[in-house]
Amino acid sequence: MKSGLKRSNAPIFWSLFGAGGMFSALFGPVLVFITGIAVPLSLMLPSGTMSYPKMLAFAQNFIGKGFILAVISLFLWFAAHRIFHSLHEIGIHAGLGAKLICYGSAFVATVVSAVVLLRLGF
Amino acid sequence: MPDSQKIIEIEVLRYNPESDKEPHLEVYKVPFSDDMSVLQGAQYIKDHFDGSLTFRWSCRMAICGSCGMMINGIPKLSCETFLRDYYPNRIRIEAMANFPIEKDLVVDLSGFIEKLESIQPYIIPREPRSLDQGEYIQSPEQFNAYIQFTSCINCTLCYAACPQFGLNPDFIGPAAIALLHRYNMDSRDGAAAERMELVAAEEGVFNCSAVGYCSEVCPKHVDPANAVNINKTNAAKDYFLRFLSPKGGSK
Ligand code: SF4
Ligand code: FES
Repeated sequence: MKSGLKRSNAPIFWSLFGAGGMFSALFGPVLVFITGIAVPLSLMLPSGTMSYPKMLAFAQNFIGKGFILAVISLFLWFAAHRIFHSLHEIGIHAGLGAKLICYGSAFVATVVSAVVLLRLGF
Repeated sequence: MPDSQKIIEIEVLRYNPESDKEPHLEVYKVPFSDDMSVLQGAQYIKDHFDGSLTFRWSCRMAICGSCGMMINGIPKLSCETFLRDYYPNRIRIEAMANFPIEKDLVVDLSGFIEKLESIQPYIIPREPRSLDQGEYIQSPEQFNAYIQFTSCINCTLCYAACPQFGLNPDFIGPAAIALLHRYNMDSRDGAAAERMELVAAEEGVFNCSAVGYCSEVCPKHVDPANAVNINKTNAAKDYFLRFLSPKGGSK
């Protein structure tokens, strides 16, 4: 066995990436449909489905909060990881800078959305 | 030579480390018959045009794994690739991508050999066993868990296909990880935790970005991409659970 091996920290990012990939595959298309097509065009769904009071109530519910946080945060971790690796593949040798921008923005967005969701109260 | 003799143009990447600054292409017009492989085309060039053309081969039947090259840009075994499938177009043969060229179509495989050694490619028994305990018994199910990963012929086509190995030659790479997985999955072996140190290291599985081209070019259907993927999950489990279990992989 080789000596001087250093354990990679990739599992942290890879797990978030994996979770985000699964979550976005499950919910991404239907969310695009609901928020981008059905609600604006008033198709299929009762009117006011995404009205402010309803959305506020959703965001004040414990499970609703979790769902919103997961959608924002995991989607971003997924995207950050993909972009970071794609940069590497097209020859932009993503050093610390690219790492900070990609994962950093996912991290900041996670913290910001968690704070905002908490401040909305229960 | 009959009048109807078909002739194919073979463009070869030539490189002589003693006289050339960099590799260059040379074209040869090779008469061929329908049963001739690309390897036989190269042999024809060596026998009739330039005896210095250098390439590896041995078995001519896709089993020794030594005749890999880029054929029109795709990593293939030249002994099981046929000239007739390219005729009447020109065919280009080059040394395998992602490896340093030693001469013409021969690449330097020493890095790969080191990687093969590093994964401890042999059964390390779970516990000492004496002769009078008899042979190991393995169920068909236990056998099926690893048999696919034993088919590797070390042709390194998967390395020529892997963009991540191209970017980082320290990456242990598809075939070595497939072989590592073969031993980990063997019910007689007990060294998975030891090998984890390498799997989870910076040279390990997380270099892979799931391109999957390695499995596509593999002539033996080893599916190294699958072995790499399974070991990503294993390494992630090991990463998060290592504090719970007394015997983790690396520190
Ligand atoms: S895994 Fe397949 S492509 Fe890679 S070295 Fe083994 S036989 Fe060749
Ligand atoms: S010559 Fe042995 S695999 Fe092609």
